[in-house]
Amino acid sequence: MEFLLHHFFELTISGLALGSIYALVALGYTLVYGVLQLINFAHSEVFMYGTFAVAWVFVFIGGKESSSSGLMAALPTLLLALVVAMLVSGGVALALERIAYRSLMKRNAPKLIALISAIGASFALSEAMGLRDKFAGWFGLDDNLANYVSKPRDIYTLPVTVNPHGLFTLGDYRVTDVDVLVIVSALLMMVGLDQFIRRTRFGRGIRAVAQDPESAMLMGVNSTRVVQLTFFVGGLMAGAAATLYMLNIGFTRQDAGFLLGVKAFTAAVMGGIGNLRGALLGGLVLGVAENWGAAVLGTGWHDVVAFVLLILILLFRPSGLLGDALGKARA
Amino acid sequence: MLLEVKGLSVNYGHIEAIRDISFGVAEGTITTLIGANGAGKTTTLKTLSGLRKVREGKVTFDGKDITDLSPERRVKLGISQSPEGRGCFPAMTVRENLDMGAYVRSDRKSAAYAQDLDRVYELFPRLKEREKQAAGSMSGGEQQMLAIGRALMARPKLILLDEPSMGLAPKLIQQIFSIITEINQQGTTVLLVEQNAAQALKRSHEAHILETGEIVRSGSGKELAGDPAVKAAYLGGDV
Ligand SMILES: Nc1ncnc2c1ncn2[C@@H]1O[C@H](COP(=O)(O)OP(=O)(O)OP(=O)(O)O)[C@@H](O)[C@H]1O
Ligand SMILES: [Mg+2]
Repeated sequence: MEFLLHHFFELTISGLALGSIYALVALGYTLVYGVLQLINFAHSEVFMYGTFAVAWVFVFIGGKESSSSGLMAALPTLLLALVVAMLVSGGVALALERIAYRSLMKRNAPKLIALISAIGASFALSEAMGLRDKFAGWFGLDDNLANYVSKPRDIYTLPVTVNPHGLFTLGDYRVTDVDVLVIVSALLMMVGLDQFIRRTRFGRGIRAVAQDPESAMLMGVNSTRVVQLTFFVGGLMAGAAATLYMLNIGFTRQDAGFLLGVKAFTAAVMGGIGNLRGALLGGLVLGVAENWGAAVLGTGWHDVVAFVLLILILLFRPSGLLGDALGKARA
Repeated sequence: MLLEVKGLSVNYGHIEAIRDISFGVAEGTITTLIGANGAGKTTTLKTLSGLRKVREGKVTFDGKDITDLSPERRVKLGISQSPEGRGCFPAMTVRENLDMGAYVRSDRKSAAYAQDLDRVYELFPRLKEREKQAAGSMSGGEQQMLAIGRALMARPKLILLDEPSMGLAPKLIQQIFSIITEINQQGTTVLLVEQNAAQALKRSHEAHILETGEIVRSGSGKELAGDPAVKAAYLGGDV
């Protein structure tokens, strides 16, 4: 408890930073759920591909040699990485929709079947990334392929270490430029998305399909296009999250999406799945609560806190903090 | 004929919902389909809007074969629908619902658009009053007005109305029917599906009776309204 009080601002700020990353990933779950009532289990992999895209951009620009730099010096590469990661994640999400979902939806398969398909896609994507360096010399594998699958793989580190630089003091914590960048850019993304959904014609189309798919089609909304767009936008947000994650954490692995995906999904449910603003709130609450909980109970309790909190919130508010689906969100 | 349906059959799995039906809707008319529950009226309208797959047959609209067109293309060609059960978007405001009706239009900033909106508000002043209210919190009658107004916002040549009087108080039914006549007189062709056969027949130029997926009788509204068999089956005896 004392530790929490002494480090209150530090814990809160870093919790908000982590929470904004959860929130960005949570948007992908919530968007797809809002439109299709489907849990896109493979969304964690959409995020994970983004983290690799970020690392690759840094390697491509500056080589594998590890170095360190300030945020300002790294900013151009970071921006490029952001764009590439968003496109990669968006592309993976689109491919997922096409391969794992569309034909099932066309045939009116039960949602449970689509969920299984998503779980399969999640494993396939993760293993494909784990085997990335083996693909190059497929026939040159020095062992049976089976010996590579499902084994823990090396972590992939961002070659550039970004050193945070203190900006201003809050209590006894120096808030850094990285903290500010992560939180502010995540918030901007979300405000942008919120406005896109509320104000644009496509956004209206997405909400219409979420509220009444048949009526939406009667209005001339192309529902296939809307579903694609939903996956793509969720992917873009996951790519942005991946960039901020790499900036914050600095390394990734083919299974990096798993725990983060579970947390983000938790955030989405906590905030009220299908509700965009709920995803934001859920993410931030989760990130901060984890940090506070870990400070009080010890770091080992970090993840436990998240799920206990989820259960508590759902006990008292079964439809999440803000409740209501995307469809029902008031304009 | 603005719309021509030839030998249309539609299935749900192995169940034949409509079987080899043919009819036409002449430009400028009100044409009505009446029939008992489960006769296939809604299926017919959904098929015309492109929501159901045609198993056999052909649909021509304005001289074009539209049998396999997407719903989107059909709205663009000028077919819009107010579906059974209204299908308003509950969390959108009245105004947003009306804008959804014009989803395929690209002239949302134009004077023509503003005019169409005014016309809907003139037909249904209640909608104007409730412009900012969420559709889900409106009464059934108000939602029915919204669904019709929304369909009009697409500027259709042909408007499909699926049981617009369902669940409404008698006074409101009268009002809805006179508005349908007004819409028709303003130049929109109407294909109406109704349980309220007496009212519908009185106001329609042409009518077809659908029984378990087949058209069993066709004629002018007056003709059918005067037919003893029709009276017995659909008009509850003497009307
Ligand atoms: N989605 C569906 N799946 C399976 N069968 C359906 C479906 N929709 C309709 N049917 C069947 O098709 C037949 C025609 O239904 P339809 O809804 O077209 O009737 P209707 O004339 O509109 O009836 P009502 O007056 O009750 O609205 C019915 O036997 C119905 O059970
Ligand atoms: Mg019906």
